[in-house]
Amino acid sequence: MKANHWYILFAIVLFIVGCSKNEVIKEEIEGFLGFKKPGNFPVPEYNLAANPITKTGFELGRALFYEPRFSRDNSISCGSCHIQSAAFTHHGHDVSHGIEDRLGKRNSPPIMNLAWRKTFMWDGGVFDLDLQPIAPITAHEEMDETLDRVLAKLKAMPKYTNLFKAAFGTEEITTAKTMKALSQFMLMCISSNSKYDKVMRGEDKQAFTAEEAQGFTLFKQHCASCHKEPLFTDESFRNNGIGIGAVDDLGRYEITSNDADRYKFKVPGLRNLQYTAPYMHDGRFYTLKGVLDHYSSEVKQTPNLDPSLQQNGRLGISLSEADKTYLLAFLNTLNDDTFIKDKTLSEQ
Amino acid sequence: MKRLLSIISLSTLLLITACSKNNDTKPDFNESEKATLSIQFDNIVGDKNLVLNNGTYVNALGQQFNVSLLQYFISNIKVKTTEGQEYTVPQDSSYFLINEGDAATQFAKVKVPVADYQSLTFTIGVDSLRSTMDVSKRTGVLDPAGDHNTSGMYWSWNSGYIFLKLEGSAPDAGSADKKVRYHIGGFGGYSAPGINNIKTTTIDLKAAGIAKVRKDRSSNIHLFADIMKVFNGSTNVNFATNPSVMSGSFSSLVANNYVNMFSHDHTENQAL
Repeated sequence: MKANHWYILFAIVLFIVGCSKNEVIKEEIEGFLGFKKPGNFPVPEYNLAANPITKTGFELGRALFYEPRFSRDNSISCGSCHIQSAAFTHHGHDVSHGIEDRLGKRNSPPIMNLAWRKTFMWDGGVFDLDLQPIAPITAHEEMDETLDRVLAKLKAMPKYTNLFKAAFGTEEITTAKTMKALSQFMLMCISSNSKYDKVMRGEDKQAFTAEEAQGFTLFKQHCASCHKEPLFTDESFRNNGIGIGAVDDLGRYEITSNDADRYKFKVPGLRNLQYTAPYMHDGRFYTLKGVLDHYSSEVKQTPNLDPSLQQNGRLGISLSEADKTYLLAFLNTLNDDTFIKDKTLSEQ
Repeated sequence: MKRLLSIISLSTLLLITACSKNNDTKPDFNESEKATLSIQFDNIVGDKNLVLNNGTYVNALGQQFNVSLLQYFISNIKVKTTEGQEYTVPQDSSYFLINEGDAATQFAKVKVPVADYQSLTFTIGVDSLRSTMDVSKRTGVLDPAGDHNTSGMYWSWNSGYIFLKLEGSAPDAGSADKKVRYHIGGFGGYSAPGINNIKTTTIDLKAAGIAKVRKDRSSNIHLFADIMKVFNGSTNVNFATNPSVMSGSFSSLVANNYVNMFSHDHTENQAL
């Protein structure tokens, strides 16, 4: 009787092992694991149930992301200003650079960990990732195209009728399907393999060096209230005292018309900073050292300056030169080399 | 003789009553018995018809203007019978984009129960629920892509629809190109409270003719939309200081003006 029990248990274990092994093999063959929430990340904000990510949907989204026909003169794609090697930003460009060398007024943000964002753009004017691409497509200083013309161009290409059919079952190309496919690609742009992540997850026996650990302590003390872990933003809008720029960009106020929102911008995440210079909404700082110098000694009193930057009768954050070195060491642990080299996210 | 006369007159009266009754039996209100109700949006400017580009008009401040483009959303149509029953058109069939440049769009056609209707209620713009819905629910006139006639009624940078778009020019306009551009939207904000310019209006049909909706008739409620009231009202708009009104707080003053621009001229109830 007892022996019999063991026998059955053994059979069950074998069965389970067999199953999971089969799935692993299947995934390896397909090379597509779908959306996987990193262990140290919170529950995503994006409603994945309304747009389940499939291999074919992701592949269509990737083709669309790198499709120059989204711009009026077919010269630039989403990937032109969101370059993978720059963590999907426009490295070296302070503000967006569209067709016909037109310049916008804000810095190209990274396409990274978007499933966890509540709002998009520096001013949070877009609240749904599925609606986000319409902004750069139609902006005069970016792609300057209309959606109906984009759809007409895609419909004329057998490549897309095939890809849409594979992804959604029919050759029909609509606004909704185009946007959902782009979202599928962008949602898969997950950066979660920095040294910081591995330390947090206890992977590969990784540990911070003494300098990095010191920097982490300082970070939690001075920065984490806005740059909340593990995505390093609390998604709020704040005036960080960089001073009013040349174009008098009012930031969040342009969306809410609320005077208390003048000069406030979305707190950006801090991952992959090594690849994403320049920094701030208008790309005015070229180095991270410059950013830290700003916070320690250059904060300006402007309307709605964040209260956290005017404490104890002084503007900014008290940081010694040594503190800055430690902070830079910590920030360096947020760079994720595997993300910018992930071939599945590259133009095929 | 007198008696015969009264019999004849009584029969005649009966016959007339019967006839009229045959022609117009007031039906029982039954939501499964529906027919088409048409609502015509006839755009005018004060005492004149609106003529794109060539018409010249003068606002309350004596400033001349003309209109090159006029589009607005009408949604969430609701009607009330002479007996007081209310019927709300299902939301999926209740969004219309009225475009002065395309006559076919100026008739909003909906299916309502066969009945006599004394009033009509609609939203000028797009309700907040639809403004925040999944992109797959944004079809027809709500498709952000639209078609060549309807494009440009969606704000991509501040997710939401433009409720009313009026463009033209005015010699007194404070803009370099003397253009006036009024793009009014704002559903109240998503992640933070924002400007809410969703307006609802109710039109009483009793004075100028109730709508008799029947299966064998066409009923068309002919409304005037007086564009002058976009500029004149509780705020008399000055083109010199406000040539361009979009997402700022001034837009609410304009919306408070145009909510009053609809009036009922007459209703056509005709046999098909």
